[in-house]
Amino acid sequence: MLLWRRLAALRGERTPRRLRAGGPGPGPGPGRKSDGGGAPRPLYMDVQATTPLDPRVLDSMLPYLTAYYGNPHSRTHAYGWESEAAMEKARQQVADLIGADSREIIFTSGATESNNMAIKGVARFYKSRKKHIITTQTEHKCVLDSCRSLETEGFHITYLPVKKSGLIDLKELEAAFQPDTSLVSVMTVNNEIGVKQPIHDIGEICRAHKVFFHTDAAQAIGKIPMDVNNMKIDLMSISGHKIYGPKGVGALYVRRRPRVRLEPLQSGGGQERGLRSGTVPTPLAVGLGAACEVAQQEMEYDHKRISQLAERLVTKIMSEVPDVVMNGDQEHRYPGCINLSFAYVEGESLLMALKDVALSSGSACTSASLEPSYVLRAIGADEDLAHSSIRFGIGRFTTEEEVDYTVQKCIQHVKRLREMSPLWEMVQDGIDLKSIKWTQH
Amino acid sequence: MAASSRAQVLRLYRALLRESQRFSSYNYRTYAIRRIRDAFRENKNIADSEKIEELLNKAKANLEVIQRQGTIDHMYATEKLIIERPGNT
Repeated sequence: MLLWRRLAALRGERTPRRLRAGGPGPGPGPGRKSDGGGAPRPLYMDVQATTPLDPRVLDSMLPYLTAYYGNPHSRTHAYGWESEAAMEKARQQVADLIGADSREIIFTSGATESNNMAIKGVARFYKSRKKHIITTQTEHKCVLDSCRSLETEGFHITYLPVKKSGLIDLKELEAAFQPDTSLVSVMTVNNEIGVKQPIHDIGEICRAHKVFFHTDAAQAIGKIPMDVNNMKIDLMSISGHKIYGPKGVGALYVRRRPRVRLEPLQSGGGQERGLRSGTVPTPLAVGLGAACEVAQQEMEYDHKRISQLAERLVTKIMSEVPDVVMNGDQEHRYPGCINLSFAYVEGESLLMALKDVALSSGSACTSASLEPSYVLRAIGADEDLAHSSIRFGIGRFTTEEEVDYTVQKCIQHVKRLREMSPLWEMVQDGIDLKSIKWTQH
Repeated sequence: MAASSRAQVLRLYRALLRESQRFSSYNYRTYAIRRIRDAFRENKNIADSEKIEELLNKAKANLEVIQRQGTIDHMYATEKLIIERPGNT
């Protein structure tokens, strides 16, 4: 328990620093120039939380934040028409990236809204005949939470377990179908461990059972090829800020043939075919479209480079430090998301030691909590390994130098923390930690 | 490739690299330079004049993006990254 108290004290120190970082502090102000006198900024290695905006994307957005401010739904004047044209071009760009028709793309505020809309929307529309939904234990919080809220409305939810690799067992999926199943929701790439579910196979199974298939592809689109027809996807959630686009925008793909029907979450002016009332934010939609187009052009180049950098990071750490476990399947994964557990090191302490590098132990949404990640628990990681995990995110703008710096600091601090650790000392003396009976306090 | 076209390509290449240097952000700057070099290297053996024309137009459009965005990035510059400090690279 002492460890926890010490940790709590450390966190107490940490909070004000975080608050300062959120304030104006060394941050930007209009026309502010760097004089090199302030504290240097840490490296950014947390691209699963959010990505920097690509300058090409900002360039496409700026005219719609300045000169072209018309409401895209105004039909009576040129201001409206030019915004509408830009919005429709963006819709086409999003559709092209996933092999869809532009009429199947609904703009939303982000993947959380898209997930809510897809899951609650389908469930509620078909509720008179169908009351069952299948999802997995490793989904993003917003999927799980949407399902929880549906449970209070009388729906039954099956939360499929995952194998040690983080992948679902297709036989278990087959067995989970019920006559009244309306929807299966499985994410494409996991945000914490980077594993890639067999979307193609899941799509086939769902189509065979005539059940709609939704996938949260926020971490996948623009990074790996996705095709809604080839993969038999009926609904797909897309996020702008995970693909070098702006925050506050996303999209939901909704299949037209066979038609998927949804009950809208929001009531209002009937924009977006009545599924998502509210004025579409033209600059954000334009940014999402541009981000999709850039991602499509750069996918091969980015993927090759990110794979090389990931390989460099993993090889260097593994060759210098023993007892490092890579979480999730080795093969079916997106290479830019690397989740490593450093045995006998407390993940939060390591994160604090690595203050020069922006890293996370898992999802940003739960990074305020000391609980180990539910994703790592679902893949059967031991409690101690789940507590010692760090997620390294490599993206379009990551450099070799950043990887090398991160690796060097990581190795240095893991070694230092282990030298301080009584557990590590006991392991070196050949004591099996599992055999120890810890007294309860 | 015609001599004039070759000179035009090289001029554009140098202009792209020069303008990319103006990004104050380490990550945008290094990305732009890397991406330009890799793209020109990848396309250096293209002989089809129509394709060359298409790539040149793309490069010209990108040069304008880099000029505008380099200026904006410069106006909202931040502190340098830890690895840009001497002794850390």
